[in-house]
Amino acid sequence: MSARRHEQEDPDRYFTITGGRRDASLDLVALVVAEIGPLPGMSSEQVRILRLCRDAPVAVVELSAHLALPVSVVRILLRDMLADGRITVRHPVSAPEPEQLPDLETLKQVLVGLHQL
Amino acid sequence: MDSTNSDPPAAGPALAEPSPERAPLRGTAADGLKIVVVGGFGVGKTTMVGSVSEIRPLSTEELMTRAGEGIDEADAVPEKTTTTVAFDFGRITLNDRQVLYLFGAPGQQRFWFLWDQLFSGSLGAVVLVDTRRIEDSWYAIDRLEHHRMPFVVAVNRFAERGPSLPKVRAALDLDEHVPLVECDARLRESSKSVLIELVRHLTRLHDRPAGEDAR
Repeated sequence: MSARRHEQEDPDRYFTITGGRRDASLDLVALVVAEIGPLPGMSSEQVRILRLCRDAPVAVVELSAHLALPVSVVRILLRDMLADGRITVRHPVSAPEPEQLPDLETLKQVLVGLHQL
Repeated sequence: MDSTNSDPPAAGPALAEPSPERAPLRGTAADGLKIVVVGGFGVGKTTMVGSVSEIRPLSTEELMTRAGEGIDEADAVPEKTTTTVAFDFGRITLNDRQVLYLFGAPGQQRFWFLWDQLFSGSLGAVVLVDTRRIEDSWYAIDRLEHHRMPFVVAVNRFAERGPSLPKVRAALDLDEHVPLVECDARLRESSKSVLIELVRHLTRLHDRPAGEDAR
């Protein structure tokens, strides 16, 4: 994540610079990690997100399910929290690019994992 | 930092209590992967996801605005946007870093906007077919081919009797290199074998000569 600059007061712009690889968006399976604990004055949703992600990463879509909020609403919350440094995000790294196959090493790892089920 | 200054002490443990749905990921998890299971209503998508998932399948929803996209970049949620579409998912921890998420996606045309989001970065797809309603799968297969998303087709056998796989292949107008298998989505081993078939299919596609249609 790059250092803050003045022009990044706009969370959208900040996110464009620091955030997701696709469409400046958070993937459904991007993994969220809390960087701070809940603070007074935070919204209840932010507090819940920080608690859910406190001990282990939680995927965006899982946060959406636990908060009972639509994914796109959770994304907006996360974008603000990311801009404020309250969370960090581990973006998918093995996902194939559009119209590309997953790489063979990824497929091998998936196969091994499935066989262990 | 703790939060006991803003909440009654009793509220903290209750929220933090792991439930079957809250089985935490490993702290080292860093790489989310996706496979989408698509099919018509009642075909067994959630059953399949649940049979292999390490958590009980979770359900969430996305807002439906206009055809073709969600509202991700909208700063204000449009007041008229009240329609939502629900989808289910589960997950499988593959190793210390990688977690595979399985999504059950409704196959109907009006949900296509959701597919785009689900398929973005997906490894591939499973089309789950009920042979009593084969036509429910046509649209899904057409869109997958259009998006060049690799897939396998799995017939969920609800009854002993049903059309043979060659007949299903013909009814779906399925290309001969697309794997077509039978399964019982209720059984872990069976659902697992479908996913393995998909991964093997993806691996085989790597061997195809460049320029040849990979689907």
